[in-house]
Amino acid sequence: MGRTLYEKIWDEHVIAGVGETPLLYVDLHLVHEVTSPQAFDGLRLNSRRVRRPDRTIATADHNVPTEPLSVPVADPVSARQLEALDENCDEFGVTLFPRGHENQGIVHVIGPELGLSQPGSVIVCGDSHTSTHGALGALAFGIGTSEVEHVLATQTLVQQKAKTMAVTVNGALRPGVSAKDLVLAIVARLGTGGGAGHVFEYRGEAIRALSMEGRMTVCNMSIEAGARAGLIAVDETTIEYLRGRPGVAAGSAFEAQAERWRAYVSDDDAIFDAEIVLDAADVVANVTWGTNPAQVVALSGTVPSPEEARADQREAFERALAYMDLTPGTPVREIPVDVVFIGSCTNSRIEDLRAAAKVAAGRSVAPSVRALVVPGSHHVKAQAEAEGLDEIFLAAGFEWREPGCSMCLGMNPDQLRPGQRSASTSNRNFEGRQGRGGRTHLVSPAVAAATAIAGHFAEPGDLS
Amino acid sequence: MKAVHVVEGRAVPLERADVDTDQIIPSEWLKRVERTGFGRGLFSEWRDDPAFVLNQAEYAGASILVAGPRFGTGSSREHAVWALMDYGFEAVIAPSFGDIFRNNSSKQGLVIVQMPPEDVANLTRLVKEDPSRHVVVDVENLVVEVPEANWQRPFALEAATRERLLNGWDDIGLTLRRDEEITSYERGHGNPSWAGLLTS
Ligand code: SF4
Repeated sequence: MGRTLYEKIWDEHVIAGVGETPLLYVDLHLVHEVTSPQAFDGLRLNSRRVRRPDRTIATADHNVPTEPLSVPVADPVSARQLEALDENCDEFGVTLFPRGHENQGIVHVIGPELGLSQPGSVIVCGDSHTSTHGALGALAFGIGTSEVEHVLATQTLVQQKAKTMAVTVNGALRPGVSAKDLVLAIVARLGTGGGAGHVFEYRGEAIRALSMEGRMTVCNMSIEAGARAGLIAVDETTIEYLRGRPGVAAGSAFEAQAERWRAYVSDDDAIFDAEIVLDAADVVANVTWGTNPAQVVALSGTVPSPEEARADQREAFERALAYMDLTPGTPVREIPVDVVFIGSCTNSRIEDLRAAAKVAAGRSVAPSVRALVVPGSHHVKAQAEAEGLDEIFLAAGFEWREPGCSMCLGMNPDQLRPGQRSASTSNRNFEGRQGRGGRTHLVSPAVAAATAIAGHFAEPGDLS
Repeated sequence: MKAVHVVEGRAVPLERADVDTDQIIPSEWLKRVERTGFGRGLFSEWRDDPAFVLNQAEYAGASILVAGPRFGTGSSREHAVWALMDYGFEAVIAPSFGDIFRNNSSKQGLVIVQMPPEDVANLTRLVKEDPSRHVVVDVENLVVEVPEANWQRPFALEAATRERLLNGWDDIGLTLRRDEEITSYERGHGNPSWAGLLTS
């Protein structure tokens, strides 16, 4: 019987003696400042070393301010956490891309762009959106702090095998509909727990047609449907994306490597434990209306009514409406926003910025709106500046900031004030996620830019 | 991790259901770099209330928390376990627990005792009647006792978890004993291609 892509990667990485718990070997361990300090401390306490510093790479992203480097980190607790990362990486011989370094950026943006995230590998990070790297045909998932320490010390994880779910998207997305709209539709379909215990493999024509960056957006949000990880089989899009990246081989060595990578696909006769099928033509521009990422409505639609919810979810539905201060039946297009955030590991790559800049070009942000663009990494920022996107954004009245997680989770000063409403290209609309009392609506980069200009939810086609 | 055979001390009856990890330790504490000092953040929203049970003098210095059903659900933050242990708790007794919390606890040596609701209710009654009564959680023999009240009940613990507690093993210690297996795996696995990017 054939094997799924997940099973192939599992089989190649499992270390299991007779009667012993399976250990999974980790090829790449990405580290950031928030979930690592106590793990490094644990090593120190037990006089342990980092087993494979050459497989461990750190960056500062969650806490960093997105002001220019000359602005110091204002919050002393955040500053201390960033310093600790410097000291720990220094002491244990781990390569770190700190604030201001040319390779610095959101951990899930830099892994792929530097060519560290490679097909067939196992990638972990103390962050649940590690699923992003699955777009390259890698098994990638988030872990807790004790597990971070375990990987630092042993380069392995104690693991049980997951189930597999094929998420098949047939047909073609309609023009103007993005990968973000697609993944919001998938999360809405499955619900926040629908993928629990499973590793997804996204398949079908519409997935094959996505760019690598679109695939990352899709895999990124696997976790919002409860899945441990999301995978996409290797094809020529994957190979071409990796060609020439700093972390991969060059020349004939690359061709040989690429040939091996092409094997990271599910066999035709592989059997998945579950499957869902969607038609890409049904996907429209989407907006979340509530306080979890499965509470999705079409931008052209109206705020739903609690009567549409299942009886056992009605209370949560009503609580979400109250928190979001929304009235059922209100057209989504009539909801005004205060803040627009274009960034996060979901949508801060060059294509995302291009899509937003195309909408912003020659237009102006509505006077009532604060709009931020936060590139995912220094490389993205430099590329955007080389293309003149920064000037388009600045001329239109957007802020152009330094890379980091920023308003995705509001651990740095980029936060919503109580009662403010945002259109955000990030991945979580939980209560208070972007700042205490803030109200978050998840959207695509093009919708975010159009919304900034209109002052209320809008698609690019709505603008004059 | 320290070996744990027996936990003995006063017990605090929490008497609340669905205590999630956000309530155990609020998110503003996640910026800290230490594993210690989280005790001050434990249940910090509730501790502002002078009537909250942890603020009662007769429970000062308690080492066992007696909680309601579904204790420790919610986010995966290990900080919740660190906060309980830093405050001085060595065991939590409840009718049920959040999965990740239970897992995180087992990695830190916080003893998780799951007992039927009626046993937890009886134990709660006993320590409320007389807060000075000592409770004994015996990991070796898998029983909870209140010797003064002549009360004793068994509890179940996964064999591997019990063994790890009794020996003070952590997962890392156990995995490191398989170093040869890992090394031999690595020999066949090749090296990463990004060496040129590594600057430290
Ligand atoms: S951008 Fe947001 S979701 Fe992504 S790693 Fe940073 S905080 Fe997490």
